[in-house]
Amino acid sequence: MTSASLVALIVIAVWTGTVVTWCRRHPWGDAGRRFFRYPSATAGMVILVFLATVALCAPLVTPYPPYQQILTLQDHPPTWLHPLGTDFIGRDVWSRLVYGARVSLGAGTLGMLLAVTLGALVGAAAGYFRGWTDALLMRAVDVGLSIPRILLVLCAIALWGTLGVGALIVLLGLTGWFATSRIVRAEVMSVRERPYTDAVRALGARPWWIILRHVLPNTAAALIVSAALGIGNMMLLEAGVSFLGAGIQPPHPSWGNMIADGRDQLGTAPWTTLFPGLAIALAVMALNATGDALRDALDPKARGV
Amino acid sequence: MRAWLLRRIAAGIAIVFATVSLSFVAIHLAPGRPFLPADERPMNPAVLARLQRMYGLDQPIPVQYVRYLAALARGEMGESFSQRRPVAQAIADAVPNTLLLATSALAIDFTLGILIGLLQAARARRRSDVALGNVTLFFYSLPIFWLALVLQLVFGLRLGWFPIGGVNDPALYASLPFLGQLADRLHHLVLPALTLGIVGAGGTARFQRASLLEALGQEYVRTARAKGLAEPAVLIRHAWRDALLPVIALSGVALPFLLTGAVLIESVFAWPGLGKLAADAIGARDYPLVLGTTLLATSAVVLGSLVADVLTAVADPRVRLTA
Repeated sequence: MTSASLVALIVIAVWTGTVVTWCRRHPWGDAGRRFFRYPSATAGMVILVFLATVALCAPLVTPYPPYQQILTLQDHPPTWLHPLGTDFIGRDVWSRLVYGARVSLGAGTLGMLLAVTLGALVGAAAGYFRGWTDALLMRAVDVGLSIPRILLVLCAIALWGTLGVGALIVLLGLTGWFATSRIVRAEVMSVRERPYTDAVRALGARPWWIILRHVLPNTAAALIVSAALGIGNMMLLEAGVSFLGAGIQPPHPSWGNMIADGRDQLGTAPWTTLFPGLAIALAVMALNATGDALRDALDPKARGV
Repeated sequence: MRAWLLRRIAAGIAIVFATVSLSFVAIHLAPGRPFLPADERPMNPAVLARLQRMYGLDQPIPVQYVRYLAALARGEMGESFSQRRPVAQAIADAVPNTLLLATSALAIDFTLGILIGLLQAARARRRSDVALGNVTLFFYSLPIFWLALVLQLVFGLRLGWFPIGGVNDPALYASLPFLGQLADRLHHLVLPALTLGIVGAGGTARFQRASLLEALGQEYVRTARAKGLAEPAVLIRHAWRDALLPVIALSGVALPFLLTGAVLIESVFAWPGLGKLAADAIGARDYPLVLGTTLLATSAVVLGSLVADVLTAVADPRVRLTA
């Protein structure tokens, strides 16, 4: 840790406080009041804003490049210069953790965006058109939900050779939409029976116009909640796959492959394993807490699980 | 009920069939072939051709597909490339290990999860509920392989209480008496089962708390309280019985979770089960073994959700299973 990166961290902390305070004071209406009623929602938001900013400003808060090896300092315990220690080839764990946040948070978010988009389209088509479309799509979803997802992802990775980050995100998205599509389908089935949908149909609108402009926006609450709660799972899956050596490839840091790197030094240098795991736990916990509060705020019918 | 069961079984078989077909097409369309040495040593082309002929890999994919299905119909899953023995045998060796791990984990998962959920709902929105809620959220959010490593570090490497890998002690096991063997296996089971169970319990507790709170808001609970029943009786006899139904339904979903966890846990603890077998088979491009494990995992998941539906119907007289 150098004084420059420490200053940068303090600035980010102040920025986080400002953003969250502004959000709390902003008049969001009823939903906002319900959301901020939970202390865990505020805490989750603080963690998420902080992590995201740190990840974006990675070069400012890391004293060393994530790939730089300091050969005289292998498996060195935490010190002031290396606040989280160094790993088995002398790389600064803190720096790798910060750059790894870009990969882990980014892959989780982008993968979930793709998954939610796919799930919304498939669910809407199934719920709106019903009949054969519905039967076919929902049976496909049944098949997708019947295979343990990690096997699906591992299979694709192993067979198509090692994938880049982009391809991994696409893969996470392609295997992650099944549950969302079921939720959306149920919502769409009820929305399509409402009078305003009939009215638009009577005006001669085409099915996909109705779906995109009138039906899906009314399932937004379910979609947002499903996305917020799904990012955590997506990140855990990415970490698991990278841990098994099939996801993000070394030397690029991701929280999952950092844990794998530290595994052989578990007894002698536990910090190389402990900190990336804590980072995942912290991020996923914040996401789940925020997601829980979002669900209670946006969907008062569904009482918190 | 019988018509419903037949329909569900037919649908289940269709799902398994579709999964196996899809996997078959996917792995054969993917670039790369088995038997190519990973370390870039050139392989004698004649040997490669002979191996491919031996396993029928020189045939067009539709022919291979029909052959595979025909063999499957006879109950044969082919021969594993990497293990040089029938797939059925490799799977038969792995299943008991995974079954032992999964059932112990499930027992820990549901006992702990239901108990914590009950404790939380009994003191809902008080300090103990919030504290337990944070704990369950933490475990629910943990990467399971990381918890496995932490338990290995603390209880295996530092305290030395439990072994950190394998199903038994390779040096001593054979010479132990029966009870000693049993104890040795249990000793090896503790850490992997605990890891899988604790992470699952986080989710189960959150679920049980929510369903209990919903049940506690029902009219019949108010009636029970109005009758002057003691709060524990209301909670256990009236609310909990109703709140257990969603948890039974959850047990069907627990199976995919356990299998996913098993892939990671088994590789951390060197536990020779189905998850490790599948992961290794995928890495080795062992087509028959990949298909065999996929077949088994899918069947297990389909069967799990069927059993959960039947159990729900048995426990809940309002649910009628009609085709």
